[in-house]
Amino acid sequence: MELTKQEQAMLDGKEGYAVRKSMEILVALGEIFGAKSLIDVGSVQVAGVSYHNLGDAGLEFLDSLAADGKVKVLTTLNPAGMDLENWQQLGISPEFAEKQNLVIDAFQRMGILVSCTCTPYLIGNLPLYGEHVAWSESSAVTFANSVLGARTNREGGPSALAAAFVGKTPNYGLHLDENRVPDVHVQVNTELSKLSDWGALGYAVGKKAENKIPYITGIKTADLDSLKSFCASVVTYGAKPLFYVKGVTPGAEAQKQPAQTVTIESADIKNAYDNINDQVSDIDFVCVGCPHCSIKEIQQIADLIKGKKVARGTELWVATSRTAKQLSDKRGYTAIIEEAGGKFACDTCMAVAPLKGRFKALATTSAKGCFYSRQNLMKTKMGSMKECVDAAVTGKWNN
Amino acid sequence: MEQLKGRIIYKGKAEGEALVTSMPISFYGGVDPNTGVVLEKGHELQGQSIKGKILVFPQGKGSTVGSYTLYRMKKNQTAPAAMINKETETIVAVGAIISEIPFVDKIDITKIKTGDKVKVEDDTISLL
Repeated sequence: MELTKQEQAMLDGKEGYAVRKSMEILVALGEIFGAKSLIDVGSVQVAGVSYHNLGDAGLEFLDSLAADGKVKVLTTLNPAGMDLENWQQLGISPEFAEKQNLVIDAFQRMGILVSCTCTPYLIGNLPLYGEHVAWSESSAVTFANSVLGARTNREGGPSALAAAFVGKTPNYGLHLDENRVPDVHVQVNTELSKLSDWGALGYAVGKKAENKIPYITGIKTADLDSLKSFCASVVTYGAKPLFYVKGVTPGAEAQKQPAQTVTIESADIKNAYDNINDQVSDIDFVCVGCPHCSIKEIQQIADLIKGKKVARGTELWVATSRTAKQLSDKRGYTAIIEEAGGKFACDTCMAVAPLKGRFKALATTSAKGCFYSRQNLMKTKMGSMKECVDAAVTGKWNN
Repeated sequence: MEQLKGRIIYKGKAEGEALVTSMPISFYGGVDPNTGVVLEKGHELQGQSIKGKILVFPQGKGSTVGSYTLYRMKKNQTAPAAMINKETETIVAVGAIISEIPFVDKIDITKIKTGDKVKVEDDTISLL
């Protein structure tokens, strides 16, 4: 890989330890994947924030970078292992909270916005069409590539941090036109009627287009929340973090429809639900917001739960960004949801909070949420926002 | 003495006993960072410790958090002395760089057997 004089100086340690380590990472990745040079990035999204995943060694590594490292571009942060303000009410131990706060403090010192959300595009980190960025968090990477038409590889925590300290990323993979060509046509022959159908579609497409870029036809309408859900699901269940939807996402018209065609029928959607859903009727955990709830989704929850009460022995969590919660506070949705016994889980989510052993059965709108909750030993049920709120109120899944 | 040449991912020297598998390794969830023992159900190395070994495997897999697991292992002194891959990917490459574990790839790993005495010196693997 060819480096400019300034890049070589960074690799030689002229800007300190954090920048040198970052350059070592970027150059190694560039060499592995055959990049010819580094390119400037407009923003970075850093994952690997939960102390649950990092442990003391990860914290030590972040501390060593924070000692002399400052980010060079707009950098936002993925969810942490807890709500940074309201952790006690969500049952997080003081020991965990202390360590998690040290992690957040290290990111603060690096100059990162501690946004703690998987939806950076909803809180001010919104790349333009064609803009190069370096994001981690697979659902956000897929949203940036597909819905926004920006360009990013699926970074890990350290490689995203490296890009932030240098302001560049190696030019390979999804940064290049030739690697953004769709390789399978997915024809959808069924109607999608509720939010969770998009998660089920993501499951079906992910399985049929494993490690491929799907070019999807047959979708008439979509909105922010449905695409956000689809992005999280399709990449979790196996596709590359880029897709095109004809007539919906940018760039689709410029691509040729691939010759190889697979179809999605109503039976495929049903099969996705059958695979994601376990046999269980008692629900002790309802969690909505994977990816983090938009303000519109919070409004839907408030409308559905107004005047009702969450069942004894069941918890309802609304996972969202602090920014969306502030809008919800002003609008009165927060008061309605909390009066019903629901809890807000800002800054965190069901995939990264230390939840193993705390709950037996989850109800959610999210296919990705189900995937990660199985690691936390929960049975899972996926359904519409209304089905989830009903489960919170009755403590039962109504099959 | 047979020598194999590969591509340096992280430069360094190490000597030790080879532990070889033909299966990819997931460090996050698949290896206990406190003991170095492979946990993954059904893995060829399940129950074996990779601590201090010259760990030979095709490539990494699984969550990108695996890079931090390698760093934890280095700090806990349970990390391999060096790693050799057939063709590496991002997770293990980044893990080796931040943990400063000598790491070479583009090696025909079928030439190395568990128990072999191996020396890694930058891009050169010597079977002693």
